Amino acid sequence: MPEPLLTVRALDAFYGDFQALFGVSISVSRGQAIAVIGANGAGKSTLLKSIAGLMRSRGEAIVFDDDPIGDLPAHAVARRGIALVPEGRRLFPSLTVEENLLIGGQGGRPGAWSLARIYELFPALAERRHMPSTALSGGQQQMAAIGRALMSNPKLLLCDEVSLGLAPIVVREIYARLPSLIAEGLSLIIVEQDIVQALKAASHVYCLQEGRVALEGAASGLTREAISAAYFGV
Amino acid sequence: MTDWINVIVQGVLVGGLYAMFAAGLSLIFGVMRLVNIAHGDLIVLAAYLALVTTQSLGLNPLASLVVVVPLMAAIGYALQWLVLNRTLGDDLLPPLLVTFGLSVIIQNTLQELFTADPRKLQAGNIEYESFPLIEGVLIGKLPLIQFVLAVLVIAALQLIFYRTALGRAFRATADDSDVAQLMGLDNRHVFALAMALSLAVVAIAGVLLAVRANFDPTIGPARLIFGFEAVIIGGLGSLWGTLAGGIMLGVAQAIGAKLDPGWQILAGHLAFLVVLAIRPQGLFPKVQG
Repeated sequence: MPEPLLTVRALDAFYGDFQALFGVSISVSRGQAIAVIGANGAGKSTLLKSIAGLMRSRGEAIVFDDDPIGDLPAHAVARRGIALVPEGRRLFPSLTVEENLLIGGQGGRPGAWSLARIYELFPALAERRHMPSTALSGGQQQMAAIGRALMSNPKLLLCDEVSLGLAPIVVREIYARLPSLIAEGLSLIIVEQDIVQALKAASHVYCLQEGRVALEGAASGLTREAISAAYFGV
Repeated sequence: MTDWINVIVQGVLVGGLYAMFAAGLSLIFGVMRLVNIAHGDLIVLAAYLALVTTQSLGLNPLASLVVVVPLMAAIGYALQWLVLNRTLGDDLLPPLLVTFGLSVIIQNTLQELFTADPRKLQAGNIEYESFPLIEGVLIGKLPLIQFVLAVLVIAALQLIFYRTALGRAFRATADDSDVAQLMGLDNRHVFALAMALSLAVVAIAGVLLAVRANFDPTIGPARLIFGFEAVIIGGLGSLWGTLAGGIMLGVAQAIGAKLDPGWQILAGHLAFLVVLAIRPQGLFPKVQG
């Protein structure tokens, strides 16, 4: 087993008095893609928010690159090399497509990503680089959101519901780009409701149910029955 | 006829000053949704800093900008970092209350230190010199310098906002501060830089105000109102609109004063109310994409 890049150990998360995560543990190695699946409200987005630093936790609950990062604010986490593609894209509406990408690179982490490489990965963005980000189609917005995250030269990319609201053909097109990123050594956490996509893209799967890990295993080794049992808790 | 041309020209020139009051206010509201009630008092604070600088260093008021602008910017950064950042959140009320308190503190501190006596900065002959624009219409050198400075300040802010990485960070943070943090931007630092920039503009406005007319510790709130009115007339979020708003306010006040000297301020408020009633989004609202 290669050295893990990210280890989440017994993570609890709360919204006020409401506990959203109960002792969740996951780990991701370098160049590995894992998927986190689960029904609405299972705690998938909360897990990503905690890793990205939008929700604080105990420092040691989240270890990245051998350093505890659970208690760091989001901007500090981002500068260490974790980028989140947020659910619903959330591009900056008053910025152009290119400015959105440039914001991603503004943190100054060195690396291989540049505007030119993003445009190579997603040619649709190159033609629309000077348009307001609100003028893009849903799929193009998703590409821009992924491009914006990549511009920070992350070691770990968190993708929250990439397929949400997109046509299946667009989803396939976007997912087709992921293997080349993984081949370059990028680690991925894919949060998805679209289980078929998630199982195809990831090598390891965690299924959350009501804030707990209900099932985990190699993506190829899990049966449909096991997944639906863990997914719905029946 | 030349009488009226004169009135309008003088109104336009004053409008530049109002636009500068407004620009810093609008910048802060735009970036962090903070209504800075102490804005007018910070203008007066800058005027007193210029007074101290000119007296102790023997500088010309316009040269004192070299000291006052960086000083006010530093005060802005510290103020935001130490105080105002703690008040920001979903609720608009805490920053409003804190800046209101700040306004009271600044006024009273200035009163303790400098008494309530009116002061004025002396800029020398330039204050009286003028040249004819056309027959019967004289342009004062000082008002012209003020107006040109105002246009330059607005242009510089426009450039910073739309052509630099800092401006991009301002706009991104204003759009969605959570996601901006995910991009590695520290909100607290971005907000502090915005306040520093705002108070740098305030410094210029304060010095120009102090050269133009008498000031005392209590005149801040009225400058705040003029700034607000210019922002609303011009349309929130548009810097050139703010300049237009300031000019309109200046012209309305000049026309009011021409009709009856007592109507100067009232005419400005009326122009503001008319715009608010007919076009509440302002004359040049920011285009939403």
